[in-house]
Amino acid sequence: MTTIASLKKGQRGIIKEFSVDVVPLKLLEMGCLPGNEVALVQTAPFQDPLYLNVNGSHLAIRKETAAQIEIEIMK
Amino acid sequence: MAKQFNVALIGNPNTGKTSVFNKLTGLNQQVGNYPGITVEKKQGICKLDRGVKAHVLDLPGTYSLNASSLDENVVIELLLNKNDKDFPDVAVVITDIENLKRNLLLFTQIKDLGIPTILTINMADRMKRKAITLDVAVLEERLETKIALISSRKNEGFDTLKQLIANYKNLPVSPCLNASVIAPEYFDRLRKAFPKQDLYKLWLVITQDVNFGKLDRNEMKGVASFKTESSSNLKRLQQKETIKRYQFINDVLKETLLIDKANAKDLRGRLDRVLMHKFWGYVIFLGILLLIFQAIFDWSSYPMDFIDSTFASLSEWTKNALPVGAFTNLIAEGIIPGLGGIVIFIPQIAFLFFFISILEESGYMSRVVFLMDRVMRRFGLSGKSVVPLIAGTACAIPAIMATRNIENWKERLITILVTPFTTCSARLPVYLIIIELVIPEQRILGIFGLQALTLMFMYLLGFAAAIVSAWMLDKVLKIRSKTFFVVEMPNYKLPMFKNVGITVIEKTKSFVLGAGKIILAISIILWVLASYGPGDFNKAEAIVQQENAGTNISEEALETKIASFKLEHSYIGHAGKFIEPAVVPLGYDWKIGIALISSFAAREVFVGTLATIYSVGNDDVETIKNRMAAETNVKTGEPLFNFASGVSLLLFYAFAMQCMSTLAVVKRETNSWKWPMWQLIIMTAIAYITALGAYQWFK
Repeated sequence: MTTIASLKKGQRGIIKEFSVDVVPLKLLEMGCLPGNEVALVQTAPFQDPLYLNVNGSHLAIRKETAAQIEIEIMK
Repeated sequence: MAKQFNVALIGNPNTGKTSVFNKLTGLNQQVGNYPGITVEKKQGICKLDRGVKAHVLDLPGTYSLNASSLDENVVIELLLNKNDKDFPDVAVVITDIENLKRNLLLFTQIKDLGIPTILTINMADRMKRKAITLDVAVLEERLETKIALISSRKNEGFDTLKQLIANYKNLPVSPCLNASVIAPEYFDRLRKAFPKQDLYKLWLVITQDVNFGKLDRNEMKGVASFKTESSSNLKRLQQKETIKRYQFINDVLKETLLIDKANAKDLRGRLDRVLMHKFWGYVIFLGILLLIFQAIFDWSSYPMDFIDSTFASLSEWTKNALPVGAFTNLIAEGIIPGLGGIVIFIPQIAFLFFFISILEESGYMSRVVFLMDRVMRRFGLSGKSVVPLIAGTACAIPAIMATRNIENWKERLITILVTPFTTCSARLPVYLIIIELVIPEQRILGIFGLQALTLMFMYLLGFAAAIVSAWMLDKVLKIRSKTFFVVEMPNYKLPMFKNVGITVIEKTKSFVLGAGKIILAISIILWVLASYGPGDFNKAEAIVQQENAGTNISEEALETKIASFKLEHSYIGHAGKFIEPAVVPLGYDWKIGIALISSFAAREVFVGTLATIYSVGNDDVETIKNRMAAETNVKTGEPLFNFASGVSLLLFYAFAMQCMSTLAVVKRETNSWKWPMWQLIIMTAIAYITALGAYQWFK
């Protein structure tokens, strides 16, 4: 499964559907919605957490959360 | 004059809401707490045209009306309760031009509650730099609202905002999103059951787990039956609501907002590359920490010395100026030193909050959270625990309150439990006086003072204790909570001097008024307990004179003997004697025992207590330190404060939970007595055992 966690630095993707049971509502409210574009801006040492640009908002989430959000990588 | 009306400022974090509040109210503001909880309540008066005044409430920052923390609960409880005296006549939603899309989510929710809502777009001065154009007229039309384009940095747009506030009655109150589109069938049933109620409001009552005790029971009766839907189904509907809202916002902004990315200046990227570098990022953070510590220890020592000497001479002057008597003694020996013990902390607290508020205002704090998260997680903490642990070096109370934005309950609880180990400013006076007494004034390699190194070691010890106990708690606590962590990475901003200044003043004031009251009260109680006593106390002169009858003793020596006899037989002397068996193995006597008991209220009371105990009945101008150095152990005849007992005291204060106020805050934040009680028992046990071990080892 391709998820946000599989993005490389500078790469972009489009968020696909995800389950409400694993992805908290707060993330949606911050712009992490199906159909939106997500880009990996930077990672902290040990590749965790991830610094993302989602739909124009900049936020950081942990890798384990990122691995729950399926995406399609944009070429 | 027209009746005063209520304005509520609402907005996402990092939108400059506080600057807008400061601009609207000036220094005409009041900071307190919401009843029963430690959420800060900021309110003030805004003067509008023609003598009209508005009462402005600055609500805690929130991303949406789906509350997930105490701070956010406050917002929704107020907005759903029309009977609250603070219920807004008009809501001002503050947004940031660069995050308009996300910020508008909250705006649509507030507007759907049927409250007149003004949209304020802040940081408009950055539009040019970021190549942003906005069609305000169309946006107003689509959102059915009035917009104030402002810049708190350039002080622009506030006249427009004030005018809109004054004319709030003309604002349309139509909703942005028809709640029915979320789930037509479900909301139809809801509408039929409560024809008179606003649908979105009902929906919030159903989904939000907040205290609705104050709501009109009759109107809302039966809402509970709609909760019978499975919780994951309700969550799915909430998700759908969010998506629908974003669809609406995207449509609106497509017509009105244009960002020319090619022409935008990218300060964020350039700064991030340096400040969040895998190596230099940490070096810079360490450098900033060193700067903060330098300020707290070195720079603040000048005003602190000044305060110290001023209060000492004030006490002396009072004694000479006022007629001899119990009342004069109370002022000169109880109240003035007590006040001095509070004022002395002001420089350090002010410096600390000066730096913390600059780091937060500039957007750098989020980068620290990002950099530290992985490291902190190894110890069961979160990147967000860094802020409380740093703030803990000033005072554990605001530090524990700062844990609120940690989403994961286990990480938050561990942070709360270990924060009191960090060396708060109240420990500093205790450390300073003991270090000066028992650590020789030497230099290592000609540069580092041994005393300064010891002090630094005590700080490192505090951090180490916090980290190690966090690691153990992580292993021991069996709490399952979903790991979840999200932190907004705001734009870099130059901190605004006025905001930093107001924060420093507010925090210092709340320390002086909050902790200060306890310290002063205890100083006075102690003085009374040490100045009066039962039985033999009142016959001190006669007894001592009789004992020394026939010996060739000077007048002065006799006075000293009477004074120490009095202290020993005062109320406090009896209390100290009572606990003496427990503290003798640690190398203390009954006088230090008294100081230990009284400093349970607040650590810094230790020094004040010794000052009171030693100076009572003693008229010399010897400073407290010299007086302590002169104390001898009754059994061995050696100085009471020697290396062994000094180290033992340092360790005791490093680990013991000597602070009532912290326990009270932990109780409020964890909502049970269980955690503060464990904290008290375990920390005291660690303190006692290490102090005992150290004294017996070095003796």
